[in-house]
Amino acid sequence: MNWQGALQPFVLIAVVALLAWAMGSYMFRVFEGGKTFVDRALVPLERGVYRLCGIDPEVEMRWTTYVFALLAVNVVGFVVLFVLLSLQSVLPLNPAHLPHIPFWTTWNTAVSFMTNTNWQVYGGESTMSYLSQAWLVVQQFLSPITGICLFLVVARGFSRHSTQTLGNFWRDFVRALIWVAIPLAVIGTIVLVALGSPQNLHAYTHVTTLQHAHQTIAQGPIASMTSIMQLGDNGGGFMNMNAAHPFEAPNALSLLFQLVLGFAIPAGCIYLFGKMIKDLRQSRAIFAAMAIMFVAGALVMYHFEYAGNAVLPIHHVVLAAHKNMVGKETRFGVGTTTLFDNSTTAVSWGSVAASNDSMTPIGGMVNLFNMLTGEVIFGSWGVGMIGMLAFAVLAVFLAGLMVGRTPEYLGKKIESYEVKMAVLAMVVPSFVILILAALSVVLKSGLSGIFNPGPHGLSEVLYAFASGVGNNGSAFGGLSSASPWYSATVGIAMLLGRFPMYIPLVAMAGSLGRKQRIPASAGTFPTHGPMFVGLLTGTVLIVGALIFFPVLALGPLAEHFAMNAGKLF
Amino acid sequence: MPGTVTAEAPAPQTPPQGASARPPRAGQSMWTRDQVAQAVRVSLKKLDPRWMVRNPVMFAVEVGSVLTTGDAIRYLAEGRYSELAFVGQISIWLWLTVLFANFAEAMAEGRGQAHAEALRRTRVETTARREGPSGIEVVPATALQRGDVVVVDAGELIPSDGEVIEGIASVDESAITGESAPVIRESGGDRSAVTGGTKVISDSLRIQITAGQGETFLDRMIELIETSQRRKTPNEIALALLLAGLTLIFLVVVVTLAPFSAYSHSPVSVTVLIALLVALAPTTIGGLLSAIGISGMNRLLEHNVLALSGRAVEAAGDVNVIMLDKTGTLTLGNRQATELVPVEGVDERHLAEVAQLSSLADETPEGRSIVVLAKERYGLRERSFGEHEATFVPFSAQTRMSGVDLDGREIRKGAVDSVAAWAGSELSLEIRAKVDEISRSGGTPLLVAEDRRVLGVIHLKDVVKEGIKERLQSLRTAGLRTVMITGDNPVTAAAIAHEVGVDDFLAEATPERKMEYVKSMKAEGFMVGMVGDGTNDAPALANADVAVAMNTGTMAAREAGNMIDLDSNPTKLIEIVEVGKQILITRGALTTFSVTNDVAKYFAIIPAMFVVAFPGLAALNVMRLTSPDTAILSAIIFNAVIIPVLIPLALRGVRYKAQSALSLLRKNLLIYGLGGLLLPFAGIKLIDMLVTALHLVSTAH
Repeated sequence: MNWQGALQPFVLIAVVALLAWAMGSYMFRVFEGGKTFVDRALVPLERGVYRLCGIDPEVEMRWTTYVFALLAVNVVGFVVLFVLLSLQSVLPLNPAHLPHIPFWTTWNTAVSFMTNTNWQVYGGESTMSYLSQAWLVVQQFLSPITGICLFLVVARGFSRHSTQTLGNFWRDFVRALIWVAIPLAVIGTIVLVALGSPQNLHAYTHVTTLQHAHQTIAQGPIASMTSIMQLGDNGGGFMNMNAAHPFEAPNALSLLFQLVLGFAIPAGCIYLFGKMIKDLRQSRAIFAAMAIMFVAGALVMYHFEYAGNAVLPIHHVVLAAHKNMVGKETRFGVGTTTLFDNSTTAVSWGSVAASNDSMTPIGGMVNLFNMLTGEVIFGSWGVGMIGMLAFAVLAVFLAGLMVGRTPEYLGKKIESYEVKMAVLAMVVPSFVILILAALSVVLKSGLSGIFNPGPHGLSEVLYAFASGVGNNGSAFGGLSSASPWYSATVGIAMLLGRFPMYIPLVAMAGSLGRKQRIPASAGTFPTHGPMFVGLLTGTVLIVGALIFFPVLALGPLAEHFAMNAGKLF
Repeated sequence: MPGTVTAEAPAPQTPPQGASARPPRAGQSMWTRDQVAQAVRVSLKKLDPRWMVRNPVMFAVEVGSVLTTGDAIRYLAEGRYSELAFVGQISIWLWLTVLFANFAEAMAEGRGQAHAEALRRTRVETTARREGPSGIEVVPATALQRGDVVVVDAGELIPSDGEVIEGIASVDESAITGESAPVIRESGGDRSAVTGGTKVISDSLRIQITAGQGETFLDRMIELIETSQRRKTPNEIALALLLAGLTLIFLVVVVTLAPFSAYSHSPVSVTVLIALLVALAPTTIGGLLSAIGISGMNRLLEHNVLALSGRAVEAAGDVNVIMLDKTGTLTLGNRQATELVPVEGVDERHLAEVAQLSSLADETPEGRSIVVLAKERYGLRERSFGEHEATFVPFSAQTRMSGVDLDGREIRKGAVDSVAAWAGSELSLEIRAKVDEISRSGGTPLLVAEDRRVLGVIHLKDVVKEGIKERLQSLRTAGLRTVMITGDNPVTAAAIAHEVGVDDFLAEATPERKMEYVKSMKAEGFMVGMVGDGTNDAPALANADVAVAMNTGTMAAREAGNMIDLDSNPTKLIEIVEVGKQILITRGALTTFSVTNDVAKYFAIIPAMFVVAFPGLAALNVMRLTSPDTAILSAIIFNAVIIPVLIPLALRGVRYKAQSALSLLRKNLLIYGLGGLLLPFAGIKLIDMLVTALHLVSTAH
């Protein structure tokens, strides 16, 4: 580990803090009233949309109505995508004449792009026509906006009191689209083009290399897709290699810009939450907890990747540097690559700049852990924040009694209903990951898809389901994810990890919104100081560790200790 | 006595007296031999799965115990004694875990039942003399109906709950309260309620019965103690849900571990999986949860407070506004003279002498305090009027002054206006200013005059109870707002409120105003606690979250309250709040402890499970436990033994001192969070050393 590399996550967090403030203030004005400098251009557009769709944006909805509308939009997106993918070979805008897509790939992809997972069981440039890619981009807008709507409704459960209603879905949706997603994606595209990414609709170029080999150079609207992929924390890249491809990240500056783009909205949501509940101290505490876990993860991963493979010295292999460069982009080096990859699982964008499969066992475990804890270390648009709020509710419930009052969080009493919903949100993802992974390692169809038997294979399987449930989308590799078994099961995992996980939390918000606010006093459990930051971090780590420690011991930990003893898998 | 006696009324039976009939008081040992023996019997009875299923955490342990026992029997039958040693001992400790949890609950229940038993002994068959259309008839107490009127003479037991409609008498209520000093009960006013089973000591009462069969206070009290223990409070339900959720998660963790370990070529036995599940499930809090709640109710009983619902006890911990009556709670019941201010030209000593003379015959506490002040400050001894010709002028509501005519001197003291009118002179500006100053400071000015000439002013002051100011201060640091209720005018109320150190006051309090105040506080989201005794408190009590009615109070107040203070001590509310908080803290502390314990158990069990397949995992055996078998057994023993170790804490409650939530949290997180994380490392290591030394199981690596 050198100090420049170790400093990087801290610098990034400082930038993210500024970003949180800027984006949070802007989004607060967009969603909770107030004026923005783009209103003059956008308000007429917004009115036009409402008139066209017959929406009354002033109607307040109960949480049930809100969720119903949200699900309806998602179902429509899913069906359209499913149809387009199924009929790709006969639809236009397919200059490369890409063939029909198998059913399980279609199912998996449709779920994947509906749930903001963007798990790709296909290579984009060699599977998807331009029309398919175009609708995938549409989904890359719709799915993160779904996330931010989920967040807004949950946040209103805390910010409002004694009310049945938590906002209007259509208004939130339209505003998130035309005030946040589209303008930022356009800006992102322009910047990425300026930094060297291509943006065209050309057929692929066939060239003969200097060594007289034939090469097909895939291209297309790469800058725009990369822009929304990062901004929306989607991770569904145009290229199979994602950010490791020189068209997606032509240089280090482009990669760093993509980092910033990915953090923008999730970090902004933290600040937005504080503005909504009129208590920025709470935002600071949550930000601090996330930042601590982020920096710790980045440093651990960096340390182990930098230390390299312990087997080499044991077998007297002498290298100039022992850094684990396998599967990493040489242009970026270990420090920047690990920072990007730790962010990939923490912020849940899922696009990678390295091959996770080639990481050291502990380096890979950091990625796993980021996802297994529910993607609450920033997380993707809004849902990371919701997950963290669920943990805060649990932390307050577990330890809050110790101040001698029944637990309350942000002035709202936490009672059986809230506990039930928070437990449900915690139970669903862990059950799905554990049960599907367990089935995969005993059933033949699952076992046959594992390329590296032994502890490493277990990590691969675990990673696939963690990524699916976490709606992350990054892959460890080493798994035949396109096989029907994994296409089907990861699809199920993605679906369960989205709606059954977050809808209980919206229900919790519905109940919280109905409650009266309890005035704070010296007897109130303080949820803003360093102690709460420690408690919250501890809860996330301990709960995550308690649920997944046994399987992690059999996977990455067993592999790590075996590696130290000179054995590889 | 009205009516004629138509039958010779036999003296009602006296209940068996003596210490045994008294409810157990605080300070009694919690581990008497009888109680322990009884609790052991009950805990065996509670193994019934129909009972166990109510507590999912312990039910899971019981199911696990049955399964491992089955395994043990199989090994015994097959003669595989080396496996039997391990599986057998795990089974024994799993059963003990369940039994320890049952024992904790039984102990807590036992203490409540002892109380109920003591009360039941006082509920004996009595007879009553009922006023009938044809005069007084003797009927068994059980035949009394609501609305009947009975007559009770000195030495007789009051047959049922009622309201005194005529007479005044002293009543021995020790059967209910354990307090031997008799109390006064009279018709009208706020001391009219009487309780069945108590005994009239002097005089006689006419009582209208207000409770029907089986609804008397005593019946309800016994029923409450015996049954309300079983009803879970809202927070208990929420916590039980979380614990069940955790158990379910760990169940899936353990079940899926079987395929994972099979995949890893390191299969584990069912016994080990069950051991892991039991170690991870929050058995410590799961086993002690109901004991904590029950013992909280018992602790209130020890404070002589009867909570009519567990919900109210829990709400007590949440109360953030407490309303306290000024008189009797914050200040001593009566005002005392603290200062004498003479008018210009009058010697202070002369004023003192006159004031003393005016009060010698005044037996009110105020009057006596003037005599005391004259003696202490001015050295004037009490005098007798033996050789003098003295005529006392008693206080009356019309004159609003009192005094004495002594050897031709006319001495008066009393309300400012009255005495000024009697003196027939305008008050000087100077004395007017002094009177205003005293009023503003919350005191009462009394004018002293001799021969129709005003000599000066006596300053009567409300005396704040000793220590109350500090108590209110500590309540404030704990985040509680205190509100003083008083009938005084706002100026006086403000001054006293300032002196006592309450956060707010409600002056010129009427029943409506009190109720409105409670309602407005609740509308702002506060939880309100209040104490009341009179009928005029009932509306406010009915609206408060924690409403403590005094046992001496009226039936209306008692019915509006959700707690009854048998001692009728108005500051009891503070203790009730503390008990409420203590229950919640104990629950939270043991939950945190239970969850953080799991970390160490993982470090004991996981390496033990997989070290054969992956020798490198020995690095996770940070406690350096001897062998896989000793490691697992030690973790299970620790898990079981920690329950009885913590029973005293669960029954007694975590010590609570009023302080801010922040410092309370810091302290408890350190003890139960960090302690819970670290203690089991030491505990399991210690047990492992013992297990190894005794060769209880295989010590082979």
